[in-house]
Amino acid sequence: MRTHLIATSAKLVAATVVAAACGAATPASNSSTQSASFPVTINEVAGASVTIVKQPHRIVSLSPTATEMLYAIGAGTQVVAVDDQSNYPANAPTTKLSGFTPNIEAIAAYNPDLVVASDDTSGLVHGLAALSIPTLIEPAAKNLDGTYAQISQLGAATGLATAAESVNKKIRSDVAGIVSSIPKPARPISVYHELDDTYYSATSNTFIGQVYALFGLKNIADGATATAPDYPQLSAEYIVASSPDLVVLADTKCCHQDLHTVGARPGWSSIAAVKSGQVIGVDDDVASRWGPRVVDFLRLIAPHIRAVEASSP
Amino acid sequence: MTVSPRRAWPVRLGGPNVLQGLPRLPVLWAAIGGVALIGAATLGVLAGPVHIGLGTVVQTLVSPIPWFGHRTQAADSSQASILWSLRVPRVVLGAIVGGMLATAGAAYQGVFRNPLADPYLLGAAAGANLGATLAIAFAPGSSLIGVNVVPLAGFAGAAAAVAGAYVLGRTVTGLRNATGLILAGVAIAAFLNAVQTYIQQSQPSTIRQVYSWILGRLVTAGWDGVWLVLPYVAISIVVIFLHRRLLDALSVGEEEVNSLGISARRVRLIVVVAATLGTAAAVAIAGTIAFVGIIVPHTIRLLVGRSYRVVIPLSILFGAAFLVLADTAARTVAAPAELPIGVITALVGAPFFIVVMRSTRAAEL
Repeated sequence: MRTHLIATSAKLVAATVVAAACGAATPASNSSTQSASFPVTINEVAGASVTIVKQPHRIVSLSPTATEMLYAIGAGTQVVAVDDQSNYPANAPTTKLSGFTPNIEAIAAYNPDLVVASDDTSGLVHGLAALSIPTLIEPAAKNLDGTYAQISQLGAATGLATAAESVNKKIRSDVAGIVSSIPKPARPISVYHELDDTYYSATSNTFIGQVYALFGLKNIADGATATAPDYPQLSAEYIVASSPDLVVLADTKCCHQDLHTVGARPGWSSIAAVKSGQVIGVDDDVASRWGPRVVDFLRLIAPHIRAVEASSP
Repeated sequence: MTVSPRRAWPVRLGGPNVLQGLPRLPVLWAAIGGVALIGAATLGVLAGPVHIGLGTVVQTLVSPIPWFGHRTQAADSSQASILWSLRVPRVVLGAIVGGMLATAGAAYQGVFRNPLADPYLLGAAAGANLGATLAIAFAPGSSLIGVNVVPLAGFAGAAAAVAGAYVLGRTVTGLRNATGLILAGVAIAAFLNAVQTYIQQSQPSTIRQVYSWILGRLVTAGWDGVWLVLPYVAISIVVIFLHRRLLDALSVGEEEVNSLGISARRVRLIVVVAATLGTAAAVAIAGTIAFVGIIVPHTIRLLVGRSYRVVIPLSILFGAAFLVLADTAARTVAAPAELPIGVITALVGAPFFIVVMRSTRAAEL
């Protein structure tokens, strides 16, 4: 029984975290379309293609990131239901629908004309296809290009391609502006990104790792890529010995971590970031999604990088 | 079933008749166990994802000792801090938890006269997992008297589950034999697992935390963890150790215990309570580490002997040594990443156990 439980948990964890390993999205085949030009065919990363016959007005989103993207491009009025984890924007119609263990009947009850999800779990695509409901899978992006591609795809799928392109343009210029505000560091600045209080972290193979790479930060989790390429659980003594200049806590909501709790951990008071107070608490959700709010994340991190550089000898 | 006269408790445990002639703890094996534990601890302190030289290790470990500490030059402070605040407590905790789980496993096997009994048989793991899941889902980040609420909830859950199994077993079967209690434990465990899975599924954001709890939390252990479990484990191990002769009597049959003027039912209750107390503490701090409670006592039975006067003391030593080694592997094999310790204990422990079984022609299990 215990074994079964662990197996189930492992599967779900794989779905939550590690499944971020899917490839980057390719741009929509039909990104120049306006709301009139349906049917539209979207080529997914996984190789499948989805045809949407007419502009959808009853969208169900089972992916918190897709929800954020849909609202960012102005498709919010076309959304009728979002899953229980979609908590942004506040006016999104949150329901009890689950994206981890999707229930086809419960989804179909909303009479959707398009379902967007991040994973094809529990036979989601197949089950909805039987009801002639098109499903668009937008898996975790590997980098910002993946984000832009997914926003374009959602634009094409909702008939808001032009709006999607201007959202992408805005993100691009915001990102470029923030990154260029940081002068090239004189010495490498190291970062430890914490996913929970048992020291799971994210390497440069992940979306968040690629975000740090934009700033030229040295990610200490990259030391573990040989055995755990994406989301390794790091040894406490390795983190302490690496003494990162920045500690980013993406476990402020799940595990209530902050500068104080981190400083109280055995041995952690000797870490550079703890000594200098450069322990940054971020919203777990913003740090784990690959949507437009990545700009907020960059804005939050940037001053801390500048502070570390300013204090460098 | 005869109703035995009850004598005042405690009785003198070095009783006559049936207990005569059973083997005593062989000095050689006790020595091997001691050496194994010291060797494992030494390896555990020397090996880790951060290279710390032998000189630094020795300096750091002797520096708190008066006289020595003054004479030696202070070791590199960062390495000393890593060693003393992270690595040493983890080795100590591994030894405590391993010794506890192996001893509790042996005790359960004796009490229930069932070779498959492990410390989680009566629902301790299921209860701990449910308690921890509830704390993670509904009281995230809170603490009670300065202690994180998650291990406390795990401890309470484990104790409550076993108590529930005991009460259920008594109501249904009157505890005339051990089977009723085992069945009650299985039912409780299944029920609690179902509730735990339901809560976990309905709160997907907690899944990773619950998962890492189930796989064990030696990763974040410090001296706090050691002080948290040590009192319970000490009491538990002492009580089980004092009952090793009665476990021998019980292995012959309940009548044998009753004929000593001691209630077999009462022995069972005391040993189960003691083993549960220690297991709950171990689970609370380390999560559920499978197989230790089965593999270690059985290996001792196969290699040394079946008497609980042999199995209990050697389980403490070899259980501690085994888990320290497993944890050393967990933090070095994939360094600087961690492997779940439960994976190591099963991956290494199960084949080793099969080899022991084969080579000793395990007719005695």
